[in-house]
Amino acid sequence: MSPTRRAAARDNTPDSHMFATRRYDLVKEFVIALVAMTLLTVALAAIFSSPDDKAITMARWAQADPNDVIATATGELAGTTTSATYGAPYNHAAEGQKVLGVPLQKLGGVRIPVNSQDLVLQPLEGVVGVPALSQALATWKGASTDHQHAWATAYADALAAAGGDPTAVTGGDFGPVPVLTTGFLDLARSGGLEGALTSSSTFYGGDQTRSILLLADGTYLEDTAVAQHLGGDQWGMMNEVGDYPGQPWMWLYTFWYQVKPFSTSDNADAEVWALMMALTLLLMFLPFIPGLRSIPRWIPIHRLVWRQYYDTHRRT
Amino acid sequence: MAVHAYSVSSGHYLDWGVISVSVTNALIIATMIVVFVLALLLPFPHDPDDSSREPRP
Amino acid sequence: MSADEPTAPTAVAGSWTAWLRRRIAGLVPSGQVLPDRQPVYVASWIYVFGVLSLASFVVVLATGIALTVRGSLWWHTSWVGHFVNSMHLWSVELFFATMVIHLWGKFWMAAWRGGRGLTWITGVLLFVASIGTAFTGYLSQSNFTSQWIAAEGKDGINSIGVGAWFNILHPAQMLLWHVALLPLVVGVIVVWHVLLVRRHGVVPPLDARSRQGQGG
Repeated sequence: MSPTRRAAARDNTPDSHMFATRRYDLVKEFVIALVAMTLLTVALAAIFSSPDDKAITMARWAQADPNDVIATATGELAGTTTSATYGAPYNHAAEGQKVLGVPLQKLGGVRIPVNSQDLVLQPLEGVVGVPALSQALATWKGASTDHQHAWATAYADALAAAGGDPTAVTGGDFGPVPVLTTGFLDLARSGGLEGALTSSSTFYGGDQTRSILLLADGTYLEDTAVAQHLGGDQWGMMNEVGDYPGQPWMWLYTFWYQVKPFSTSDNADAEVWALMMALTLLLMFLPFIPGLRSIPRWIPIHRLVWRQYYDTHRRT
Repeated sequence: MAVHAYSVSSGHYLDWGVISVSVTNALIIATMIVVFVLALLLPFPHDPDDSSREPRP
Repeated sequence: MSADEPTAPTAVAGSWTAWLRRRIAGLVPSGQVLPDRQPVYVASWIYVFGVLSLASFVVVLATGIALTVRGSLWWHTSWVGHFVNSMHLWSVELFFATMVIHLWGKFWMAAWRGGRGLTWITGVLLFVASIGTAFTGYLSQSNFTSQWIAAEGKDGINSIGVGAWFNILHPAQMLLWHVALLPLVVGVIVVWHVLLVRRHGVVPPLDARSRQGQGG
């Protein structure tokens, strides 16, 4: 007995090859479909086009929001930025997210080690001809970890008190941090930071990990995204800039982030992933799930699909 | 607050409680539903000379 | 042995070639790979969405190949490139739209009946694989959107430990996944899915009886 007939015997579905047939041109149908979808694609592309918002360069960031660059550089030195406190795969600074107590993030391991201080220090070390900067770097490197932390934290607090404006910072013991962060801003403004974290010692870039981590440690990238409705709590996963079509198929994935308990959970990403994986498996194995697989019988939309057949053939 | 240099202005959104959907995405989804319903309801052409042959043994 | 198989010398016992030939020949009933007849119950517009998905996929591949020819940065500086990019975007939107309508139809028809469970499973696999492929595409735009998607998306992927291997902040990796690895995976599953449809035939209506009195 063929596999189809065996299965048919199990659930009473007759073999599809045992029915009356009519003439039909499969290849012609495909060609028509191809022409139709090509024409539709060309029309939609011609009428609506596609977005291409320019990438945020380090120079643009420095020009548009210099205070954010200073604050971010300070945070990297103080070890308080998102990347500095992330955990796997970048460092061991945090436990990371868990699902049902299982530390999935940590289990991945620190396989992409990133030193957040070096996001600032390494590009600065490449600068030549600025004695004050070289001196500041030497002072920083010669200091103990505690000292470095104290300077950077004090400067971060002072910046916050001054509304983010380094020129409004009043006195305090900040060590070389103000010179380092100002030097970092100057480097960014000049365009010298663009490839510094990607291709500085390799010529060929291709891995933007450190550059994006630095950019994401600031607020400018996120502010720009939120203004375009792309934030995580704005259903952002579904959206695109402007009025361009987004990813409607992501609706359920992003939905969970908008509601409790996920919207207030520290483990939201892992929890949402686990939930969506479970739902996907439910969808995948639907044919074998009693109850769910009977929904098409209970809500007989199929009567519309096969009404021609039911009109002319006796139903059992 | 930083100056934001966009090449496009932010899009149009429909907000209702926790739901926030772009007008474009809403149109896409609505069109899909309409197309689905039409596919179920529109009559499928009948070939009058359609002589259904006996199935293969 | 079916009448279609040419008279062949008796297969050598243990012949790998003969085994493979028999397996391939047995995949789909004779004459059903490209049949020119279909069951009379296939009479609804809902049935066109499978082939429309397939056709959209071909347009996605073709526009993708066009972008590949001139490289991933072409579309930023060329209006022709930008138009091809727009076609690639819209064909993807059409691909997902037709695929989902196809899924809706197949659900309400309970199309997994009669031993077609694997057809359903490969269909869901295709849906998931397509989402993954599209994701790597969005990461390969080399513009603001790809910066943001990488910065945001990394948290989801890192949270489950996968980010250690699948680094979405690495455009050189993501681009290759998008143009080489994932289209191959999607293509293989498409072939598998379509073969299964041809193998089992279109699912009969619920409660239908065949001419042999089967069913009910």
